[in-house]
Amino acid sequence: MNAVAAQPSPATTSQNRAEAESLLEIRGLYKHFPLADGFLEQLHFEKGRLVRRNEQVHAINGVDLSVQRGEALCVVGESGCGKSTVARLVMGLLSPSAGEISYAGQRIDNMRGKRLLPYRQRMQMIFQNPYASLNPRMTIQQTLEEPLRFHHPDWTTPQVQDKVADVMASVGIDPEWGKRFGHEFSGGQRQRIAIARALAVDPEFIVADEPISALDVSIQAQVLNLLMDAQAERHLTYLFITHDLAVVEHFGTRVAVMYLGTVCELADTRSLFARPKHPYTQALLSAIPRLDDDRPEHVRLSGEVPTPVHLPSGCVFHGRCPHAMERCRQEVPQLIVADDGNQVACHAVEEGRL
Amino acid sequence: MTTTTAITPSRWKRFRNSYLVYSFKRDWIAQFCLAIFLCILLGAVCAPWLAPMNPYDLTQINILNSELPPIWVDGADALFPLGTDAQGRDLLSTILYGARVSLIIGFGAVMLQALIGVTVGLLAGYLGGRIDAFLMRLADIQLSFSTLMVAIIVGALIKAVFGGAVYSDYAVWLLVLIIGLAEWPQYARTVRASVLAERSKEYVDAARVMGYRDRRIMFRHILPNTLSPIFVISTVQIANAIISEAALSFLGLGMPETQPSLGSLIKSGFDYLQSGSWWITLIPGAVLVVLVLVVNLLGDWLRDVMNPRLYKG
Ligand SMILES: Nc1ncnc2c1ncn2[C@@H]1O[C@H](COP(=O)(O)OP(=O)(O)OP(=O)(O)O)[C@@H](O)[C@H]1O
Ligand code: SF4
Ligand SMILES: [Mg+2]
Repeated sequence: MNAVAAQPSPATTSQNRAEAESLLEIRGLYKHFPLADGFLEQLHFEKGRLVRRNEQVHAINGVDLSVQRGEALCVVGESGCGKSTVARLVMGLLSPSAGEISYAGQRIDNMRGKRLLPYRQRMQMIFQNPYASLNPRMTIQQTLEEPLRFHHPDWTTPQVQDKVADVMASVGIDPEWGKRFGHEFSGGQRQRIAIARALAVDPEFIVADEPISALDVSIQAQVLNLLMDAQAERHLTYLFITHDLAVVEHFGTRVAVMYLGTVCELADTRSLFARPKHPYTQALLSAIPRLDDDRPEHVRLSGEVPTPVHLPSGCVFHGRCPHAMERCRQEVPQLIVADDGNQVACHAVEEGRL
Repeated sequence: MTTTTAITPSRWKRFRNSYLVYSFKRDWIAQFCLAIFLCILLGAVCAPWLAPMNPYDLTQINILNSELPPIWVDGADALFPLGTDAQGRDLLSTILYGARVSLIIGFGAVMLQALIGVTVGLLAGYLGGRIDAFLMRLADIQLSFSTLMVAIIVGALIKAVFGGAVYSDYAVWLLVLIIGLAEWPQYARTVRASVLAERSKEYVDAARVMGYRDRRIMFRHILPNTLSPIFVISTVQIANAIISEAALSFLGLGMPETQPSLGSLIKSGFDYLQSGSWWITLIPGAVLVVLVLVVNLLGDWLRDVMNPRLYKG
C-alpha cells in the first residue's frame, strides 16, 4: 500500500539484515571477580602499615562478539582464558561488571525474573560435566518433565509426556530410562539426557561449554554428531566452547580465539585454519601435529601465561609474542576488520608487519 | 544401552537392596541399639496401656506406699515391680510416662531445630553474600547463649507474664520451644556447608538456566541432596535434646514433678539417695543413660554408613 514503506532506503535494509542475522550481541563485556571476599581478608601489611587491597581476577577484559543466527561459533583458548565465564555471563549465571549482552535485539544482561523467562526457553545451556549436571535425586522422567511443566503450566500430563517421549527419541535415549536415576548411566548417556533436557523447551540458541571433553574419546564423536543433527533439524545456533581444535574444524562455522579474557581473532573456520593472522592463533595452530605439513614450523611460545590478577599493560599477549614492539606494551589493540572480513586484534597485523 | 531391558525395581526393593540395609544386617551393635531404642519407644508410646497405674491420676496414688523398694530387694510389694517413689507412685509406670515426656520433648525440639536450622542454612548457603553473613552471625550469637540461659530467660518471662500454673500446664511445649530455639545453629551450619557444596554443582546451574525460581531450586533441587547429613545430625540432636531436657528438669527449670520426665524423676529421687531409697534416682537414670547411648550409637553407625567418602551413592 505504502510505497515508501515497501521500498526502504538501502541503508535501512542492510541495517535490518544485520540485526536480523545477529542473534546474540556482546558489547564491551568485562567481568572481574574479587580475589578476597571478606573485609578482613583484604587487609595486608605493607611497609609496616595496614592497607586494604582489593585485588581482582580480571576474567573478561572487553569482549565484543556477535553470534549469527544459524551458525556454530566456536570459542577456543587455553585453560583459564575466560571461555566458561563468557558462557555463564551470556546465560545470566553471572552478571557482567561492565558491558551489554543483547539477544535478538533485546538487552538481557540486566533483566530479572519474569521478563527473562521467555529467554530461558529460547536460550539453553549444555554443561561440561555430565556427572554433575543431572540432579541425583530425580529420575530421568522427572528431570525432563520439570522444564516442560514449568514453562507450559497449561499443558496436560499426556501432552507433557508426549513431548518428553519425542525429545527422548530425538536424542536416541530409550523411553525405558525414564524411571531410572542419573547415576545408573554412563557419561555419554548422561550427556544425551542433559541435551534432551536442554532441547525439551525448544530453544533456538544453545551455549555448550565443552560438552564432550569429559567423555570417552569413543563417545565424543557420537555426541558431537548428535549436536550437529540437532542443529540441522531444529535450526539451532550454537556458541560452542572447546579447547579441541579438531572439533572446531569439524563443527564450527566461525571461530573466536581467546587469550586472557580478550578475543584476539575472530574468523571463518576455514580461513582461520588456512591463514591464521594473530601471533597467538599461529602458535596455537602450529601446535597441532599434521601430516600435510606445509606451514611454517612450530612456533614455540616463550614465557608464562600471565595471571589474570595482574593484567599486562597494552596487548595481553606481548610478554610471549615474537612480534612484540614498544607500542604493544602501551596500547591495547582493538579488533580490526582485515581485507578478508575476519577480525584481528594485533598492532603488527594493523601495521602490515605480519 | 545394553541394560535398558532390566525392570526398574520398586522403591521398597531398592531400599532393601541398599547399602544402608546391607550394612545394618552386618552390624550387630546397630541391630542391638535399634532393638533397645524401639523397646523404649514402644513402651513410651504405649505407656497408657502398658503401665500398671497412671501417675498423673492422684486418686490412684497412696502415700502409704511411698519409697517401696524394687521386688528383688527385701520389703518389696509385688504390685510395684520397680518400687515406688516418695509420693507412692509406681516407679515402672512413672518411668514409662517419663520416657514418653522425654521423647516427646526430644523429637519435638529436634523438629523445631530442623525447621529453623534447615531454612536458615538453605537461605544462607544458597543466597550467600550479606544474607549469609547476617544469618551465620545470628547463629553464632545463638550458640554463645547456652541452652540454660535461654531456659532461664524464657522460663522467667513466661512465669512473670502468665504465672507459674500456666508454666507447668504448658511445660512440655515450652521445653520444646526452649531447646528448639537454643540448638538450631548446629543444623544451620551443617545444612549451609552441604548447600555450598551442592550449589557449585552443574545441576543447580542447569536449574537456574531453566529459569526456575530460587525457592524451587532451594527446596526441590538442593534440599533433597542434603538429606543424608540432616538425617545423621538429627540422631545426635535427639540425644542432645533429651539430655538438655533432663539437665533443665534436674535444675528445676523443666518438667514439674506432677508430670515427670526422666530428668525430673532423677531430680525428685535425688533427695532420697541418702536415706537409702536409691532406686528412685538410679533406675530412671539408667533408663536415660541407655536411651541416650543407643541413640548416639545409632547416630554414629548412620554417620559411618552415609559418609560419602566411604560410600559413593
Ligand atoms: N567464580 C569465580 N571466582 C573467582 N575467579 C573465577 C571464578 N570463575 C572463574 N574465575 C577465574 O576467571 C578466569 C577464567 O575462568 P574460566 O573458567 O572462564 O576459564 P576457562 O577458559 O573456561 O578455562 P577451562 O578451559 O579450564 O574451563 C580464571 O582465571 C578463573 O580462575
Ligand atoms: S599486538 Fe603486539 S604483542 Fe600483541 S599480538 Fe600483536 S604483535 Fe604481538
Ligand atoms: Mg571452562
